[in-house]
Amino acid sequence: MTEPLIDARGIHTYYGASHVLHGVDLSLSRGETLGLMGRNGMGKTTLIKSILGVVRPRSGTVKIKGADMTRSAPHRVALAGIACVPEGRGIFPNLSVYENLVMAARTGAEGRSDWSLERVLHAFPRLRERIHHGGGQLSGGEQQMLTIGRALMTNPDVLILDEATEGLAPLISKEIWRIVREIKASGIATIIVDKNFKAVSAISDRCVILVKGAVVFAGTSESLRAEPSLHERYLGV
Amino acid sequence: MDLGSFLVQLLNSIQYGLLLFLIASGLTLVFGIMGVINLAHGSFYMIGAYLAWSLTAKIGSFWLALPVGIVLTVALGMLMEWLFIQKLYARDHLYQVLLTYGLILAFEELRAIIWGNDVHGVTVPAPFTGSIPLTETLSYPVYRLWISAVVVVLAIAMYFLIQRTRLGMMIRAGAANREMVQLLGINIRMVYRFVFAFGVALAAFAGMISAPVSSVFPGMGGQVLIVSFVVVVIGGIGSVKGALVAAILIGLVDTFGKVTTLEIAGFNVLPELSGMATYLLMAGVLLWRPEGIFGKRL
Ligand SMILES: Nc1ncnc2c1ncn2[C@@H]1O[C@H](COP(=O)(O)OP(=O)(O)OP(=O)(O)O)[C@@H](O)[C@H]1O
Ligand SMILES: [Mg+2]
Repeated sequence: MTEPLIDARGIHTYYGASHVLHGVDLSLSRGETLGLMGRNGMGKTTLIKSILGVVRPRSGTVKIKGADMTRSAPHRVALAGIACVPEGRGIFPNLSVYENLVMAARTGAEGRSDWSLERVLHAFPRLRERIHHGGGQLSGGEQQMLTIGRALMTNPDVLILDEATEGLAPLISKEIWRIVREIKASGIATIIVDKNFKAVSAISDRCVILVKGAVVFAGTSESLRAEPSLHERYLGV
Repeated sequence: MDLGSFLVQLLNSIQYGLLLFLIASGLTLVFGIMGVINLAHGSFYMIGAYLAWSLTAKIGSFWLALPVGIVLTVALGMLMEWLFIQKLYARDHLYQVLLTYGLILAFEELRAIIWGNDVHGVTVPAPFTGSIPLTETLSYPVYRLWISAVVVVLAIAMYFLIQRTRLGMMIRAGAANREMVQLLGINIRMVYRFVFAFGVALAAFAGMISAPVSSVFPGMGGQVLIVSFVVVVIGGIGSVKGALVAAILIGLVDTFGKVTTLEIAGFNVLPELSGMATYLLMAGVLLWRPEGIFGKRL
């Protein structure tokens, strides 16, 4: 059980003729929090989609808990314990808040079941208030909470958050970061993609920076914080 | 028209509408959730009706023929889904129309080879052979009432399945965002397969139970397909509730259109119009709501 939860190696991904990822390596250990950063269009979302099986890498391998899942269908990767809060959220607007949560509920890949409906509603009191509203009626922040809560209902071992605070008011963002810390504390490993360098480096154990589809930095968050020149060069902050 | 015959026509139109609903609900689900236009849907109705006739003759019991016929038709439908329909999910509607039209031709040819081109009838099965007197001179067949009752029960069961069960939630979620459904660990292919099989079962069931009230004849699938598409469009693509309302509306318009007489300058106009009545209704609804009565705004 010491092998990494996610071990992606030499990932090359294309959209048609455009070569987006150029041999990216990424690994995630149990309980670890990884920050994935980079400017717009550098390939963060594409890397996540390559791991999830939504887009097929042209070469490279994706291992989940030691098993090769490079060509697996997205639902197989999800069943192996990887949950995702995608960019742009992806709630089901035609389902109620309750239905959005309940349709996803299951025991995790390794039998964990501590994220029940009750616990999710406890973590997101706003969702409890809106439980019978349609998903489409929620505000942006509430939709984000719903997507996170729904991902937790699958009792994952890994939660991938792609731009979870994008476009949210500072107060709501703060609330989301609080929840991410709670998720981390519950033992779920996370990959966090976010433009907020300070928030990401504060919460994550390790950071990876992508520039034009290649890894230019991979190391502890501490070592990244210690080198402001890197922030400017790769992140523009 | 006196009250008695009005009542008979009303019951007839509701029964016809409910039957249409059975066929159209499968069509609207496959279209609305999987995005597939399945022109061969009417063929499963036709196959159901022919199986009702031939199996009843072979087995000797309509009630035994019913489950056997549905199982056979669903098996055929699943084979078609596996061989052809699943290749169409990601395709343009043009490919879907071309391929499923090809299936209609193949099914009609097979029907001619296996069962010939004659028109057949199926006798009304016991214990529903009788009639209920409505007035002194008019009565109404019990079997037709049974059809209506069964479809109403099925409609309620479908409502429950789609609105209240987790499978129903997955089906509705799949219509909104199929990629997200997969990311939650749900095999969308299996959900689609279930929806398709369910639609085939409903169409086959409709064909089988309608065999005793209408004859079994070549081309019956095409006829019902066209009216079913009108129902789907009027009700709103993907809306089962819409299909129910639209099917009853069409049942009323079609039945009363045929029996009402309107004389203009000595000519009897409405019987000629009755063939067009359903299409006029569709045109009217689409002018008012282009997305259909219960459809999502386009
Ligand atoms: N579906 C697609 N088809 C073609 N090109 C795409 C597609 N999706 C992304 N790209 C391109 O691939 C590159 C990487 O995009 P990606 O979305 O992975 O970047 P990102 O790092 O997630 O950016 P952002 O911070 O804006 O979310 C960009 O140049 C983008 O234009
Ligand atoms: Mg992105």
